[in-house]
Amino acid sequence: MAGDEIRPEAARQAREDAAGRAAIAVRPEFRTGAGALAKEEVFELKGIEVLYAGVSAVKGISMEIGRNEVTALIGPSGCGKSTLLRCLNRMNDLIPSAEVRGELLYRGEDLYGPTVDPVQVRKLIGMVFQKPNPFPKSIYDNVAFGPRILGRKEGLDETVEKALRGAALWDEVKDRLGDNAFGLSGGQQQRLCIARCIAVEPEVILMDEPCSALDPISTGKIEDLMIELKERYSIVIVTHNMQQAARVSDRTAFLMVELDATEHTRWGRLVEYDVTEKIFTNPTDKRTEDYVSGKVG
Amino acid sequence: MTEAGGASAPRNRLAVAGARATTEAMLRNQPRGDVIRNTVFAGLLLLAVVIALAGLLALILQALTKGSSVISPDLVNNPPSTAFPDKAGYRPAIIGSLQLIAGVLLFIVPVGVGAALYLEEYADKSRWWNTVIEVNIQNLAAVPSIIYGILGLAFIVRGPLDLGFILVAGSLTLALLVLPMVIIASREALRAVPDSIRQGSLALGATEWQTIRRQVLPAAIPGIATGIILAVSRAIGETAPLLLVGATVFITFDPTPFGSDGYSAMPVQIFNYALRPQEEFQALAAAGIIVMLVVLLAMNSFAIWLRNRYEQRW
Repeated sequence: MAGDEIRPEAARQAREDAAGRAAIAVRPEFRTGAGALAKEEVFELKGIEVLYAGVSAVKGISMEIGRNEVTALIGPSGCGKSTLLRCLNRMNDLIPSAEVRGELLYRGEDLYGPTVDPVQVRKLIGMVFQKPNPFPKSIYDNVAFGPRILGRKEGLDETVEKALRGAALWDEVKDRLGDNAFGLSGGQQQRLCIARCIAVEPEVILMDEPCSALDPISTGKIEDLMIELKERYSIVIVTHNMQQAARVSDRTAFLMVELDATEHTRWGRLVEYDVTEKIFTNPTDKRTEDYVSGKVG
Repeated sequence: MTEAGGASAPRNRLAVAGARATTEAMLRNQPRGDVIRNTVFAGLLLLAVVIALAGLLALILQALTKGSSVISPDLVNNPPSTAFPDKAGYRPAIIGSLQLIAGVLLFIVPVGVGAALYLEEYADKSRWWNTVIEVNIQNLAAVPSIIYGILGLAFIVRGPLDLGFILVAGSLTLALLVLPMVIIASREALRAVPDSIRQGSLALGATEWQTIRRQVLPAAIPGIATGIILAVSRAIGETAPLLLVGATVFITFDPTPFGSDGYSAMPVQIFNYALRPQEEFQALAAAGIIVMLVVLLAMNSFAIWLRNRYEQRW
């Protein structure tokens, strides 16, 4: 793939630009001072464990996720990347047997605190899924759905246009906003889902393998979009594609399956979390090196 | 070198031709026994279809030959009459049936869809009582209609509700009879809405109710409507339970929902005409059957059209 040669450069450039801007934009009230990150963090995970029906899926995850950054979660299948991602906006609450232990702070606020409403959490922390899942409605209604459930009735046209522009889809669909969203291509559908997500004006966008069902050209468009979007949002992306993680993310977390030979149980754990370039060029852990160089996984 | 190449070319061609012939022979070489078995089996299946259709065809032909002579506006406009069979019609029965169906709809749409929504969207399927409910709804759909007639008589006409022999009691009885059908069909329709739609909506910060109200229910409405139409067309044709809850076999006035003077319905009136020995009433019964068949076929066709027209490919 020739694109691979050019992309990391562009991504890195964009990263540096955004880092510079974000450093200026840091507001003092959000500056925590603690932690290894130079910038403020949006999430702080302390010993997170997610269980399904009493069995751990991931265990002992402690990490900080930076604001206005793209954070990638990589690792082999079944290591709990998606599970971890879904506990960041309390989507795991929808599974009756799921349970989250440990402390998860969102801007210093306990996300699983007794007074926190998961519905409000999901308004602030949006999600884009693996398979594009537009609603069986018009393109316009798809994007307007979020603002409408928030009770907005006026200025919907502007919101829809802004969101579609934000998702780099406006020019392709502006003449057929009334058409059913199912008529769009897979890549367009996924960008529509991103537009739908940003129409609610969240602070964080979680993406669960957003490109795994897409062709390389659509994938490229969405990756470019991610780099653009991080100026305004914090993004956490789960990906199986290591080149993608290298291209778009600022930080990368590598998760792996831990096996307990005596109890025959397995769970995901965080092996290494660092600046993306370090993970891919000079990882500390041997297992990370083996995984990113394609020896295992 | 050139000689070897020249010699191998025809040999290659020969090898290719041979390979192709072998493949073709293998593809064509279906054992004779298989062909016969296939044909016999397909024939038997076709016979099954013919038997199924023959019943309907016989009914239609019988009704048409016997009843076509009396089909006229009188059939719909005139009340029944024992003295003048040539003037007798179905007016009170048709009006009664329409009112019965309106009552059935008023009851089954909210209750049936509500029950389906609860069972599909809210009930925790790992709880044993929800499994019991599920199995029992399936069973209820198979309970004979006469049992519902007795139930209606005991609990609606008399007993706790004590409505008396009025049309509304008939409506409620029919509604109970077809309610399981509506619940089952609605649940199927709700289940066909993929979870990704619910998740997408919830991930935007919609509440569970907003998700159901604005995404799941609209997507399931064609399937639910199909189920409701099929349930109503079953209710139109029911006779046995109505006889138990007060459908009078012979009235000459237009029935009202709460009138205690009695009411009638199409199948009940057909039954009444068919019981009479005179040839003229036999023809009237046949004509009534034609009217009902037309209504039922129209409703079922509409249900099928609705299903195909709005069927969502996910």
